[in-house]
Amino acid sequence: MTVETTARPVLMKGNEAMAEAAIQAGCDAYFGYPITPQAELLEWMARRMPELGRAFVQAESELGAINMALGAAATGARVLVSSSSPGISLMAEAMSYMAGSELPMVLINVMRGGPGLGSIAPSQSDYFQATKGHGHGDYRVPVLAPSSIAEAVDLVAEAFAMAERYRTPVMILADGVMGQAMEPVVPIYRMPPREPAGWELTGADGRPPRILRSLHLQPEDLEAHNQKLQAKYAVISEREVRWAGERLEDAEIVVVAYGTAARVARTAIERAREAGLRAGIFRPITLWPFPSRDLAALAPRLRAIVVVELSAGQMVEDVRLAVEGRTPVFFHGRTGGMVPTPAEVVAVMERARDATSAAASDTAVLR
Amino acid sequence: MTTLAPDTRRLIYERPELLTDRSSHYCPGCGHGIIHRLVAELLTEMHLGPTTIGVASVGCSVFAYDYLDIDFVESPHGRAPAVATGVRRVRPDAFVFTYQGDGDLAAIGTAEIVHAAARGERISVIFVNNGIYGMTGGQMAPTTLLGQRTTSSPAGREANLAGYPIPITEMLALLPGVSYAARGSIADPSAIGRTKKMLRRAFDIQLAGGGMSIVEILSTCPVGWGMTAPEAMEHVSKEVVLTYPLGVMVDRMKDSPTSKDKDEA
Amino acid sequence: MQHATIFGGFGGQGLLFAGHVLAHAAVIEGREVSWMPSYGPEMRGGTASCTVIVADRPIGSPIVDTADSVVALNPPSLAKFEALLATDGLLILNASLIEAEPRRSDIELVAVPCTALAREAGDDRLVSVVALGALIARRAIVSPDSVRQALAEIVGPARPALVAADLAAFSLGLEAAPVASPKVVPVADART
Repeated sequence: MTVETTARPVLMKGNEAMAEAAIQAGCDAYFGYPITPQAELLEWMARRMPELGRAFVQAESELGAINMALGAAATGARVLVSSSSPGISLMAEAMSYMAGSELPMVLINVMRGGPGLGSIAPSQSDYFQATKGHGHGDYRVPVLAPSSIAEAVDLVAEAFAMAERYRTPVMILADGVMGQAMEPVVPIYRMPPREPAGWELTGADGRPPRILRSLHLQPEDLEAHNQKLQAKYAVISEREVRWAGERLEDAEIVVVAYGTAARVARTAIERAREAGLRAGIFRPITLWPFPSRDLAALAPRLRAIVVVELSAGQMVEDVRLAVEGRTPVFFHGRTGGMVPTPAEVVAVMERARDATSAAASDTAVLR
Repeated sequence: MTTLAPDTRRLIYERPELLTDRSSHYCPGCGHGIIHRLVAELLTEMHLGPTTIGVASVGCSVFAYDYLDIDFVESPHGRAPAVATGVRRVRPDAFVFTYQGDGDLAAIGTAEIVHAAARGERISVIFVNNGIYGMTGGQMAPTTLLGQRTTSSPAGREANLAGYPIPITEMLALLPGVSYAARGSIADPSAIGRTKKMLRRAFDIQLAGGGMSIVEILSTCPVGWGMTAPEAMEHVSKEVVLTYPLGVMVDRMKDSPTSKDKDEA
Repeated sequence: MQHATIFGGFGGQGLLFAGHVLAHAAVIEGREVSWMPSYGPEMRGGTASCTVIVADRPIGSPIVDTADSVVALNPPSLAKFEALLATDGLLILNASLIEAEPRRSDIELVAVPCTALAREAGDDRLVSVVALGALIARRAIVSPDSVRQALAEIVGPARPALVAADLAAFSLGLEAAPVASPKVVPVADART
């Protein structure tokens, strides 16, 4: 299969567009295991990688897949792994090892409803897992959340660049809508330049051996290693925050949402503005590092913030931490694969407006 | 008047180039030291140092990378065959081996070893079976003998409670992706010599483009077994071999030649 | 302008394909578009649907709570999607399979014997393409020529007979739903 390199947009399914973006970004190896709703990504790689002479393995499990990625990444290869929620839980172990061993990799999670086997419908209920953890230990992983398929294509290339720049796994947090929908993509791709790594395993030919490890049995050694990791995370937090705003200039109520929820919010704020409510969107693109500082700067001039998620309320905790009680935060979420409707979001925005005007008059009475 | 006899001394034992000059952390009588030495000798003799990428596993032998002077990546518990698969698929010219214990390979990593074998991954697997979890304090392993006392089978392993010892190398030998499967031991010098030949054969098969080559090595854990080092060695040659018989289980590349030992050359 | 169409029917009726053709035609016209399928473990036979939004500005949710048009190819999809239609929305109903009358009276109903016309075009499986013709006859979401080009590009030059059959089915659909004034609602004004 050849991909046009003209600038005419082509209609691409999210899973396939992300796969092709990885290929065009120079992905050397892909390892995966079938799971809905990301199976098309694996299928695209199964067809494309061998024809390019690159590595593709359908593993025995998500554990197998991500550990193959660990091995390939240890040699300096550019590696992609993808799965959906239950599979990501299995991959959590190796995420911790790779963060500890400082191995770059891009991991795409096309989220589905949970907990457990849950459903195959779109969800954002892995926000905690993606941003606060997955595996054990003091580590962080940059998390990029596309809100359109064109943006997903761009973020895949960015994820590879970031992974290698900081020697860390990077996660793309998409959901069933981003994976399954088709949208126009301008097939102009980006390949991050390859920098000589200097740590990769190639065989100790004419140089001292290299060891890639996460084990440091002496507490002093491990603390020093952790301090090095934390210093790296501080740099990432300083430099890599990304977010996008829409109609924030005069907004009194702002919806904070990412990914598919931000798309619902876009429809909702249009409707709210038609009804006379000055609404805007604050859309985090990096979920870690979370754009706390920029949100905190915006918050004081807002009447209220409405957080919308395809979850029972996960990112809302980071929003509340960011605004530190200075601005009322309302939440609307649907779970299990249900997607919030624009009408629901408008209703919450209206409730937020009414509640905050009541609160304002209460305060006046108390004074 | 005295006549000096001609100097007939020759060096018969030295540290192989690829074995680091470092005191081992292994307990007295532990077999890892002997097996590390065999691996270092072979990598040195076969000039594999510059192309080798080793995959360390979890257990006492995780520190293999401190003693073998080659590139090494550490894998999560049991996942070494998957990690080695990843290395192999992007580094076709590398020499790739895993070094795994019995808990790592035959319990937590069962899926990874079986499927790497099923795919016929061109890797060599050094499987050290001492029938116990040494690093965590001597608990029962999947390979623990029936009746053997461990800290988690204090009355001895009972089949009705804890099942039977798993002959995983025999199981793997059934798979067409496995080009070579053998079991040796380190219980006495002649056994060590035969085990080295098995490892050489396994390495040769990888270099000849074969599928997976695996050598299981019956080893010792005197501390975990509650024995002296000599008792432990004798236990391997008298008892353990009854459950895990020594020998070559399969060699699917019989037409492919074996390289010469340096003493034979 | 923004127009959301839901195609609903049995798996195997080609409704994901028809939605894809509409979306591709929109891309040909340089429009914004999203195509969102229902997806599930049932590959064939179950009720499936897709939503196609064509717009002249960035699109919000690919999943809608209000549809400007619904193409219902089987009874379950009529029952499921009729309620989502906007007032004055268009309902294309496959009269070959659906005997029930819609409950709504504030919508524009076009009953087309899609399955029968598909057979006339040469293949039962073209039922969705017939319906797409009827949709485009009533709503200028994209031009008929863009749909024809999209059909040719998606089905591909390697299968000229199939392209011809698809084009025939599309034309039959177009002719089956001539604009009935005064109910015609130009798309540009259908939604503000």
